[in-house]
Amino acid sequence: MKFTLSWLKDHLDTDEPVEKLADKLTMIGLEVENLEDKAKALKPFTIARVISAEQHPNADRLRVCMVDTGNGAAPVQVVCGAPNARAGLVSVFSPPGTYIPGKNITLSVGTIRGVESRGMLCSAAELQISDDHDGIMELPADAPIGVAYAEWAGLGDPVFEINLTPNRQDCTGVHGVARDLAAADMGRFKDPGIKPVKGEFPCPVKVTIEDPKLCPGFALRLVRGVRNGPSPQWLQQRLTAIGLRPINALVDITNFMTYDRARPLHVFDAGKVKGNLLVRHARDGEQLLALDGRTYTFDGSMCVISDDHGVESLAGIMGGEASGCDENTTDVLIESALWNEINIAQTGRKLGINSDARYRFERGVDPAFMVPGLELATRLVMEMCGGAPSDNVVAGNPFPDDRVIDFPLPEVRRLAGIDVSAAEMKRILSHLGFMMAGNGLVVKIAVPSWRSDVHGKADIVEEIVRMVGVDKVAMTPFGRGEDARKPVLTPLQLRTRRAKRALATRGMVEAVTWSFISKAAAQLFGGGQHALELANPIASDQSDMRPTLLAGLIAAAQVNADRGLGDVALFEVGQVFKGDRPHDQLVAAAGIRRGFAAAEGLGRHWSGSHTADAFDAKADALAVLAAAGAPMQALQIVPGGPDWLHPGRSGTIQIGPQNVLGYFGEMHPRALEALRADGPLMAFEVILDRIPEAKKKATRAKPALELSAFQPVSRDFAFIVDRTVKAGDIVRAAQGADKKLITGVTVFDVYEGKGIEDGRKSIAIEVTIQPREKTLTDQEIEAVAAKIVAEVTKKTGGTLRG
Amino acid sequence: MLEKSILEQIATAGDEAALEAVRVSSLGKKGAISALLATLGKMSPDERKTQGAAINQAKDKVTQALAERREVLKSAALDARLKLETIDVTLPAREPPAEAGRIHPLSQVWDELTTIFADMGFSVAEGPDIETDDYNFTKLNFPVGHPAREMHDTFFFPPKEDGSRMLLRTHTSPVQVRTMLSQKPPIRVICPGRTYRIDSDATHTPQFHQVEGLVIDKESHLGHLKWILHEFCKAFFEVDHINMRFRPSFFPFTEPSLEVDIQCRRDKGEIRFGEGEDWLEILGCGMVHPNVLRACGIDPDEYQGFAWGMGIDRIAMLKYGMNDLRQLFDSDVRWLSHYGFKPLDVPTLAGGLSS
Repeated sequence: MKFTLSWLKDHLDTDEPVEKLADKLTMIGLEVENLEDKAKALKPFTIARVISAEQHPNADRLRVCMVDTGNGAAPVQVVCGAPNARAGLVSVFSPPGTYIPGKNITLSVGTIRGVESRGMLCSAAELQISDDHDGIMELPADAPIGVAYAEWAGLGDPVFEINLTPNRQDCTGVHGVARDLAAADMGRFKDPGIKPVKGEFPCPVKVTIEDPKLCPGFALRLVRGVRNGPSPQWLQQRLTAIGLRPINALVDITNFMTYDRARPLHVFDAGKVKGNLLVRHARDGEQLLALDGRTYTFDGSMCVISDDHGVESLAGIMGGEASGCDENTTDVLIESALWNEINIAQTGRKLGINSDARYRFERGVDPAFMVPGLELATRLVMEMCGGAPSDNVVAGNPFPDDRVIDFPLPEVRRLAGIDVSAAEMKRILSHLGFMMAGNGLVVKIAVPSWRSDVHGKADIVEEIVRMVGVDKVAMTPFGRGEDARKPVLTPLQLRTRRAKRALATRGMVEAVTWSFISKAAAQLFGGGQHALELANPIASDQSDMRPTLLAGLIAAAQVNADRGLGDVALFEVGQVFKGDRPHDQLVAAAGIRRGFAAAEGLGRHWSGSHTADAFDAKADALAVLAAAGAPMQALQIVPGGPDWLHPGRSGTIQIGPQNVLGYFGEMHPRALEALRADGPLMAFEVILDRIPEAKKKATRAKPALELSAFQPVSRDFAFIVDRTVKAGDIVRAAQGADKKLITGVTVFDVYEGKGIEDGRKSIAIEVTIQPREKTLTDQEIEAVAAKIVAEVTKKTGGTLRG
Repeated sequence: MLEKSILEQIATAGDEAALEAVRVSSLGKKGAISALLATLGKMSPDERKTQGAAINQAKDKVTQALAERREVLKSAALDARLKLETIDVTLPAREPPAEAGRIHPLSQVWDELTTIFADMGFSVAEGPDIETDDYNFTKLNFPVGHPAREMHDTFFFPPKEDGSRMLLRTHTSPVQVRTMLSQKPPIRVICPGRTYRIDSDATHTPQFHQVEGLVIDKESHLGHLKWILHEFCKAFFEVDHINMRFRPSFFPFTEPSLEVDIQCRRDKGEIRFGEGEDWLEILGCGMVHPNVLRACGIDPDEYQGFAWGMGIDRIAMLKYGMNDLRQLFDSDVRWLSHYGFKPLDVPTLAGGLSS
C-alpha cells in the first residue's frame, strides 16, 4: 500500500514531520517498509541552463559545456557525453559531492580527457525518476534556473509504502490510514461525510444477482453525457507518485477510489453494454479478454458479470476490454459491489491475476460504504467529466450484522499486562470508529463496519494496546516456578544429540540435506510410494520424501568430490519418512566415508593409511548406537543387508529379526551408478527410534564394583576354518566353553594365503580366563583350553593350527 | 699389590664383558681373591685374624669397584644406544578425529536454544513434518480460503480417497496444537523443527527451521512475553544488553500479535547487536488467539498464554555471520569445516554457549 504525504493530508490535519508519521505508522502496526523522500534525495539537483556547448578537443563524443547554475554564480565547466547537450538547453545540474542514485556514485571534480569537469548534467535515469537515459533532461525554457529540480517538478511529496498485514483491509485506503494515525495522536481525522447525488432519471440497466453468497450486494448507476479526457493534474500526480499510470478520467477515478477509500469500483462504457447485467457463476470454458490485454478462461466456481453479449467483467478482479471506457465514452455505468472474499482469493489465485481490486476484495471491503462509495465516485465523475446521473440501482443486501462485543475492562490488564483507564480506552476506540457504552466493569463495544477483522475481546485489547503503545507494556520477569530442575529432553532428543557428537568425534562432518529427494533415489532405498510424493515439488530432483539420509549424503559426497575433495566423511542425523502418518517419521543417523576418509584420520599419512572400508562404517554405526544408549551386548551382526549395499561386504545390526536397527557396509556399485556417484563408498544408517529404552533406575549410583583377587590368565589359539566360517561364531563358541571362567575373547589375527590351503583361513583369538575362587593350576587351565578347542571345533569345524 | 692390580683392571675395563672377565678372574671360583681366601683355612688363628681382615677388605673394595664400574659402563652403553635411536620429530602427528569432525551450525544453535530455554523451565516438544490441513491451518485460526493461507506457500501430497490431503507443515505451530491437545495447562514448551514453504532465493529455501515457544497458564501476559524474549536475545547473542522493538502485527493464531526487531549495526558483513541504528526483524509473537485455545480444548476465559516463533536458520546466520541460507543445506565440506563446531564444544550455561 503506497500513498504520498499530501494525499495523507487530505484525510489528516497534521503538522507532524514525515519521519515521525512513518515511525508512528510502524509502531501502530502499519509497518512502513519504505519512505521515499525524493525532495531530500534530490536536493542537490538544481535547474541550470547550458550557455555554450563546444566540441571536446580530445574526444569526438564529448562536449565541453559552460553551465549557468543560477543565483549569480559564475558559469561552471562541465564535460558532457549526452548527444542532446546544446547551448540554450535547460536541464538538471549536480555539483561535485552529489550522490547520483541512478549510478550509485558520488560525484567529484574530474578531468575527462584532459579537460576539467566540475559537475554533471543529468538524465532522468540518473535521478531514478524514470528509465529514460537517452540524454540529459530537457526542461521548458522558462524553468527557474537555480531552483531545486524535485521541488519544481512536484516530486517533493514523500511516498510511504506500507507492508500491510492481511487483516487490515480498511487501511488499503488512505482514509483508513489517516483514521489510525488520528487515533494515535498524530493529527485530526478529516471525515466530512458524503452527500448523495440526486438521480435525474431512472437507471435503464437492471441488475440481477444469481448467487448472493458470491455477491452480497451490487450498486450501479449511469452517468450520461460525459467527456472522458485526461484526468486533472492533481489526480494524475497522485497516481504517478504511487506508480500507477494515468489512463483517462473515468479509469483514474476508479483507481483513486481504490487507493483513497479502499473502495474498488468498475466503470463500463454504457454504449458497449447490451441489455441488463447478470451477476452469475461463469460457465466452464467461458473466456474474457480482460483490461490487461490477456484472455482468461473461467470455470464454474468463478463469478462474472454478463450482459446480452456475454461476460463483460471478472467480478471484483478485472474488467473486460470490450466494455472498457476510453476517450469516446459518453455514457458510463459505475459499479460498486461486494464480493465473497474467499471466492475472489481463489479465483485470483487460479487465474494468476494480482489486481488492486482483488487485493482489497479478498480482504473484504466495507459493506456499509458500497452506496456512499458510488455516490462519491458519481460526484468525481460529474466534476471531471460532466454528465447527468441516474438513480442508483441497488441489488442484494449489503448490510452486515452489527457486531457488538461484551468487553470486560480488566481484559486489557489480563492479556497485555498494562493498566489503561476506561476513559482512555473509550477515547482510543471512538477515534477508531468503535462505540463504547456502559459504565460497569463490562462494557458493550460496537464494531465499525470497516473492521471485519474485529470479532472478540482479544481484538479489542489489541486495538487499545497498539494505540497506547506496545513499548508501554513493562517487561515482567517470568519465574521458572518451583518445579525441580530436570532434564527437558526426551530420550529420542537425547539420542539425537549424542549421536551427532559421537559421529563428529570420529572425524565426520555433519551435513543437513534436503528432506525431499528424486523419485528414483527414493525408490532405490525402498521409498517413493505415492503417499510421500509431493503434489507440487519445487524441482524434479526434490519430488519425494526421503526414506533414507544416505541419498542426500551420497549426492553431497559426489559434489564435494567434483570440487576436488574426494576424501570426505559426512554424517547426518535427521528425519526419514516411511509413510505419511506421524509414527512413520523416524530419526535416522547415517554416515558415509569416501576415499582416504578412514576412521583413524582423514587423508594419507606417513605412518600408514588405508582407504575407508566397511569396518569403518561398522565402527561408526556401533559408535552411534553406543552413544545413543543401545544395549551393545544384545546387538547381533548378521551378514548381508538391503539391495543397495554390496552383498558380500555389508551387515545388518539387529536385536532379533524383528528389530532391525540398521545396516552398514560398502555401497553396491549399481546403486552408486543409479545415484550417479563414484565409489567405492562406505555407508551406514541406523534408526534411533528403534533402540529399546533403558529401564529407569531409582538412583544414579553405579552397581558395586567387584574386583577379583586372582590374576587373570590369557591364552592364544589359532584355528584353521573354512573361509565361510564367521569369526563371530568362533568367538561365541569360545565364550560358550566356560561361561563362568571366560571373561573375554578377542580376535587378534585373520590370515589367508601362503601356508593355509585354499578355501580356508586362520583366525587367532586371545581368551581371557578369570579365576573366581582360587588361582587355577596348570591342569585346570589346560582343561579350560581343551574345552575351548573342543567347542570351537564342534561349532565351526575348525582345527587348532599346529 | 694384587688389590691394586685388580682395581686397575676394573678401571680400564672398556665394556661390561671385560668387566665380567675381571670379576671372574678376581672373585670367581678360581679367582685371585677367592684363592687368597682359600688360604685362610691353613693359617694359624692369629695369622688368620690379621690376614682375613685384609683379604676381606680387599674383596669388599673390589666388589664395590666392580659395581660402580658396571653402573658407569651400563649408563655409557645406554647413552650409546639412545644416540643411535633418533627419529624425525618434525614428521606430522595425525590430526585427532575430534579436531576434524564438525557439528552443523544448525545443530549447535539447536543445542544453544534448548540450553537457554531449559533454564527458564521450558521443555522441548516435537511433531511430524507431514501434517494435516487441520493442524497446520484450521486449528490455528486460518479460515479456509483466507488470504493469510496464501502467505504460506504450502507443499501438498496427493489427495486421499476421502479428498483430504496431507501437507508439509509451513510452521512448527502444529506442534503447539498437538501439545495443547495432549497436555493440560500449565504448559511451557519450545517446539523446534523443520518447516517447508515453496520459495527459493538467498533468504528463502524450500526447507528451513523454526523454533516456537508456547506458554499457557492463568496469568501470563505480554509483559512476560517481552521479558522472556529479551532474556533470550541477550543470552543467545551473548551481549550484555540489547534494544528490542515490539510492534503490532498480524498472525491468525495470535491476538494481539507483535513483530520484534532488534537494534543492530552492520559492520563489514558482521552484525553487532546492542548498538547501531538499524532494526532487524527476528521474530513474531503474541497472545494465543482465543479461537486457537478453543480449537485445542482450552477455555480462553480461564486460561491464557502466549507464543512466539523465529527462524533457527536466520538467528544462526545472524549470530555466526553466515550470509546465504542456501549454504546451510549445500553440504560443502569447506563451508561446514569453517562454520561448523567442534564436537566437544557443547553449549552450556556455565561454560558459555559458544567458545
